[in-house]
Amino acid sequence: MRHAMVIDTRLCVGCMNCVVACKTENDVPDGFCRDWITETVRGAFPHVRLEIRSERCNHCANPPCVYCCPTGASHQTEGGIVAVSKEKCIGCKACMAACPYDARFPHPDGYASKCTFCSHRVAVGDDPACVSVCPTHCMHFGDLDDPSSEVSRLLVSRAHYTLLPEAGTRPHLFFLT
Amino acid sequence: MIEYVNHRSNPGIDPTLHLWGWEIPVYLFVGGLVAGLMILSGYHILRQQWDDERTRGHYVTAPLLSLALLTVGMVALFLDLGNKFYVWRLYLTFEVTSPMSWGSWILLLVYPVLVASALLTLPESLPRLARTFPILGRTARALSARPGFAHATGFGNIVLGVLLGIYTGVLLSTLAARPLWNSALLGPLFLLSGLSTGAALLHLLSHLHPRPDRDDGAFTDAVISAMVHWLRPPDATGQGQRKLEHADNSFLTVELVLIALYLIGLLSSAAAHQQAVGLLFSGPWAWTFWIGVIGLGILLPLALQFMQAERWIRSTIVPALLVLAGGFLLRVIIVYAGQESHWFMAAQ
Repeated sequence: MRHAMVIDTRLCVGCMNCVVACKTENDVPDGFCRDWITETVRGAFPHVRLEIRSERCNHCANPPCVYCCPTGASHQTEGGIVAVSKEKCIGCKACMAACPYDARFPHPDGYASKCTFCSHRVAVGDDPACVSVCPTHCMHFGDLDDPSSEVSRLLVSRAHYTLLPEAGTRPHLFFLT
Repeated sequence: MIEYVNHRSNPGIDPTLHLWGWEIPVYLFVGGLVAGLMILSGYHILRQQWDDERTRGHYVTAPLLSLALLTVGMVALFLDLGNKFYVWRLYLTFEVTSPMSWGSWILLLVYPVLVASALLTLPESLPRLARTFPILGRTARALSARPGFAHATGFGNIVLGVLLGIYTGVLLSTLAARPLWNSALLGPLFLLSGLSTGAALLHLLSHLHPRPDRDDGAFTDAVISAMVHWLRPPDATGQGQRKLEHADNSFLTVELVLIALYLIGLLSSAAAHQQAVGLLFSGPWAWTFWIGVIGLGILLPLALQFMQAERWIRSTIVPALLVLAGGFLLRVIIVYAGQESHWFMAAQ
């Protein structure tokens, strides 16, 4: 099983519902966020193209944050989710310096924190909080190893990309264009 | 044109990473300095040759000095940790892909080797302590009577000194997201910078306190005289000091070559690396780097020490102070500018 998220940039309107849902679901401290909205405008008026993305940890298959962790606190779970055991984390911040997406942040309690793909919800068969609240249904969550899953079908039928493929991290977050 | 707006704004991360403050450059500098001292004093333990009166005492105090300096570095490192009371977690595992894990185990080996070296030289470095606690003096004499122990200690100093000096650079170079650090040359560069600062510190001490072993407390006296007599004009340059000047110049020359290769390597790499190395060619870090690190930290002491060794000018503490300041500045710039370098700068 390989958990993945597919986000349709043609549907995302940047309403930040996903950000609010994540903060509520995961009790993210004030002033921090595990997911966020990025807007990219290309071109010059009148020929411009706006793209809005809901971004978070890419749960890379080749995760630099896991490799540099000195205590084994950062690890990959069975479904490919990159997670942090906060009782093992010493707060050295090497993982944050290693992440090309800057997806991690120092939790005020001292440990490294980040998106977990809401593994506690996924374990009981629910979608991550951000996916479940999206009003435009631009976000999809599922198993890449299952060819009949929604994410697999979308990736077969639609053009898509990942962030910073040149960093060689093999992200599990895909953006449909 | 591309306009990029990010609504994240996590403190310490955005707009650029600035998680590592003064603690990390201090540790990297002190770690390199101790690595240099270990290699130099290890070499002298192996050779059993103490040059002359003026430098001999400082090789003798080097292990004690290293212990004190390394502890300062470790305190800085500890202060940086977010979850300080979980620090023991480092020693429940060995993560082969993490240089920080390697470093924590290397440091665990460095301490006993430094303690053994300090014990070996105790009757000379702290004669009063050796007299007060005769068991220490007896142990030191018994240990130095065994050539095998002295040999192993000298060898251990060199091997662990090299590992300690290199790992501080490798630690940064494996952090894939910061292109300014992505060079395998950072390890050797930090090792050579550590060697040059180690030689400079010994040189400085030999100037400040020419004959530490004449008094009854070389270590404390070296520290006190460093505070009191730093302006005292030195006597004629000794043989050992000239050796240190020559050694320091060799280290500085190799360091200069490594910096050149490091810059060329990044300049000829991918766009992200070219953009990252631009931080050292323009912007706020460029002046500090070229004037502080290259000019005042390497080229000027190189010229001064060359003239001193050739006896064209009098030997002073100025080059040693410049080398030490330059070595610290190098770590500061690499750590701070490295955190400002980013893949997105090139990709977006």
